[in-house]
Amino acid sequence: MRIRVKWRVSCRLVGIVLKWLWIPLLIPLGIALYDGTALIPFVVPIVSTAMLGLGLEQLTDEDDLRTREAFLMVSLTWLSIALVGAIPFLLAGEGALAEPVNALFESMSGITTTGATVIVNFELHSRAILMWRAVIQWLGGLGILVLATAVLSQLSVGGAQLMETETQTQDINKLTPRISETAALLWKLYIGLTGAQVAVLYGLHLLGYAPEMTLYDAVAHAFTTVATSGFSPRGDSIAAFSPAVQWAIIPFMAIGATSFVLLYFVFQGSFDRLRNSDEFRFYVAVLGAFSLGVGGMLFVNGGPYTGIEEIARHAIFQVVSIVTTTGYASTDFNLWSAGPKHLLFVCMFIGGMAGSTTCSIKTLRWLVVVKAFRRDLFTAASPSAVRPVRLSGSVVDEGTIRDIYAYTLVSLVFFILATIFVVIDASRVQLTVSEFEAMSAAAATFLNIGPAFGIAGPLESYEPFPNSTKLVMTFLMWVGRIEIIPVLVLLTPSYWRS
Amino acid sequence: MRVIVVGAGEVGSSIAASLTESHDVIVIDVDAEKVEELGYAEDILAVEGDGTSLKLLREAGIAETDMLIASTDVDEINLVTCGTAKTVGDVFTIARTRNTNFFDTWTESEGAFGVDFMVSTNLLTANDIARVVGLPGAVDVDPFAGGLVQMAEFEVTADSELVGATVAEADTFEALTFAAVVQDGDVRIARGETRIEAGNRVIVIGSPESVQSFARTVVSPDSSEEVRDIVIVGGSDIGYHTAKVLEERGIESRLIERDAERARQLAEDLPGTVVMEHDATDVDFLVGEHIDQADAVIAATDSDEKNLLVSLLAQNIGVGRTVAVLEDGQYASLFEAIGIDIAINPREATAEEIIRFTQKGQVENLSLIEHRQAEVLEIEVDAESVLTGQPIRKSVTELPAEVVIGAITRDKEHIVPRGDTVIQSGDHVILFVAADVLSPVMDLV
Repeated sequence: MRIRVKWRVSCRLVGIVLKWLWIPLLIPLGIALYDGTALIPFVVPIVSTAMLGLGLEQLTDEDDLRTREAFLMVSLTWLSIALVGAIPFLLAGEGALAEPVNALFESMSGITTTGATVIVNFELHSRAILMWRAVIQWLGGLGILVLATAVLSQLSVGGAQLMETETQTQDINKLTPRISETAALLWKLYIGLTGAQVAVLYGLHLLGYAPEMTLYDAVAHAFTTVATSGFSPRGDSIAAFSPAVQWAIIPFMAIGATSFVLLYFVFQGSFDRLRNSDEFRFYVAVLGAFSLGVGGMLFVNGGPYTGIEEIARHAIFQVVSIVTTTGYASTDFNLWSAGPKHLLFVCMFIGGMAGSTTCSIKTLRWLVVVKAFRRDLFTAASPSAVRPVRLSGSVVDEGTIRDIYAYTLVSLVFFILATIFVVIDASRVQLTVSEFEAMSAAAATFLNIGPAFGIAGPLESYEPFPNSTKLVMTFLMWVGRIEIIPVLVLLTPSYWRS
Repeated sequence: MRVIVVGAGEVGSSIAASLTESHDVIVIDVDAEKVEELGYAEDILAVEGDGTSLKLLREAGIAETDMLIASTDVDEINLVTCGTAKTVGDVFTIARTRNTNFFDTWTESEGAFGVDFMVSTNLLTANDIARVVGLPGAVDVDPFAGGLVQMAEFEVTADSELVGATVAEADTFEALTFAAVVQDGDVRIARGETRIEAGNRVIVIGSPESVQSFARTVVSPDSSEEVRDIVIVGGSDIGYHTAKVLEERGIESRLIERDAERARQLAEDLPGTVVMEHDATDVDFLVGEHIDQADAVIAATDSDEKNLLVSLLAQNIGVGRTVAVLEDGQYASLFEAIGIDIAINPREATAEEIIRFTQKGQVENLSLIEHRQAEVLEIEVDAESVLTGQPIRKSVTELPAEVVIGAITRDKEHIVPRGDTVIQSGDHVILFVAADVLSPVMDLV
């Protein structure tokens, strides 16, 4: 039996990515130098990732990436960066991260822009290690942008082909004819937004509105906001900062989960595209409706809040944080009453717009599901009616609609199975985990959100879960981030056989 | 004026017959039989040959010709003929096309294909259908004076309150003039004492609002509501464009198309129309979808026979009004005799549009009534016209009896013509004129 996949080509391309991973590792290395903390945790991965990368690159000199090879490459890239990213945590040997399973969990949570942490006591960790968590999340956000715009659309997987439809409505189908140029444009936008956020956050500090927000914190949070990832070097996340900082972070989370293709056009000055985008309107409506719902419930009962501003701030912040899959906490929403908590749980399944750094199911898919189902209701009453589903005026291909139905269903099935596993595995080691906690933890990892409720709440940690659960969650984060299919397709025999 | 007409089919010969009264007309066709027939029937110089041949066009005197009308059944031939003619002389070219792509190209860049004026058969027909369908009981509607005035022809059914009344009794609408009554295809000028009978058709001229209210209250009292539920059968190009015109007017029509692929295509192109994929000759389906309650059914498939069948089925299940597209002009009277309310012939519409265009200059606009027995003309009057400067009561005495002054517009305002109305120079007058007095009337006004 011959293997039909040119795995060497995939590995070579993974090698090229790994080869350059030493550059971002210089950031925590620099901080370690400045602070005088251990350098070894960063020197070792710098050397090993460069060597490994160069080694893999030698496997072949073909670089003809076809569909099959691309699936393998995408899956391996995220996995291998997670492995390399875990090395500093292991070598630093600080607190919970000294455990190999924990280190891998944290690293995977980083590169998948999830934001679920196993750290129990943030005091135990050096500033360099905490910065590395932020850097790896920023890379994860960048990676997903490339994946969404360049790779996934080639594989016609996920929402990417739809994103093309979205942009096609306005006469050009791509920003530029070449994928590499498009990718470069989006990176610039991403880097620009990150820079802008550093300026805003540190500016607030300099103006005296944010005494806690040092330059270090400004950079670390900017790295994890537009990436919609949610690691914070502070144990109590954004709750550690002033209301001004919390308000300032909200728009950056929202922008991070807005289609970067649309953002590009907005920065070009064409606001019409924003107005004409069905998905954007839907996204804004979702944010608005859930903020109102959560805010209203907090106002009526529950929450230790006093003023209207405080309620509004926390309601909007938490809804935006969860819908965009960032996972920051401006308050311990574990303490909320059941109503707003469950509403926030629903938010986990929505996600931001396709073509952004967001995770979860995404508004594009939900919008198509809603529209297609409304169409199906119409044709149920008059069976011979032919009614295409339209998105921003252009027709959505029926095959794409089927794919989206299937994806949404598979996501929910994954979520259910993961929940059951978490419950069973927890009871095995006699850990008390309620169904709601298990559901939220499964959703928070598989949909790459980060904090869950109860045991894995925003100010808590995933550390208490048994290793087997943490490994499964690591797998879920990996699968969920790259839109399920690239990993699942590797598990089908026909993918490998000729 | 010297005019060459290429193509002696239904459109070409109709145009030629109409123009030959006042112009030198030369007809070119490849079919020897048709050429001969036309030469005998009308006093026209008919030449056998291919209109796309430069040699033949030269022989026909293209260099001295003022206007060339390409009206064969083949779009490409019409376009090439116009292009060829343009290479020789400064001739004004008119082409008839069916494929709307050509029309789109032409509207996009004026003068494309060497065509100076293009008539898109399918678009024209779709517009005609949409206009007529919007007016209950109407069989023909034409706009004048930029839409300020409408000429409409109505069928008087047995249950109408017009039956048995004289024109004087019926004439109770403010901005509406009775022009003529058509009995068994005979056009008679409406006099005060003319009695209207069931089965007659009446031709009225007036403001669109008055025509609408006339249609609703008098002609078909049942249809007091606006016409909204329209069903189009057949996703032909005409069917598609009709749905599109209706969409533009905010009417969500239903379009039934049998072919799955075509239906899907139509559904994608017509976001404001409900497209249904089914065979429209299936009565169970028609009743199941409550098509019987539709205000109007338009049969626009590619075949005349099918359109007839669909219209009859629709009438049978009780649809208020049926409109059928009819490619073969010979069947028109047959269709209407069977009971189809309106048969619209794309060729006739095309010929009318071209004739209308060739007469522009002399008149602002015109409409042909009952196979050219009469015309409705829009004229901008000058100081020399007999109409100018005196009350209508006096000026009509100088005009032949077979003329009706239907409406007047001054500075884009509609004026109701009364005996003491004084027409001023520059006014637009909409006249109903019987064909046999057309030339003297044209001279007088």
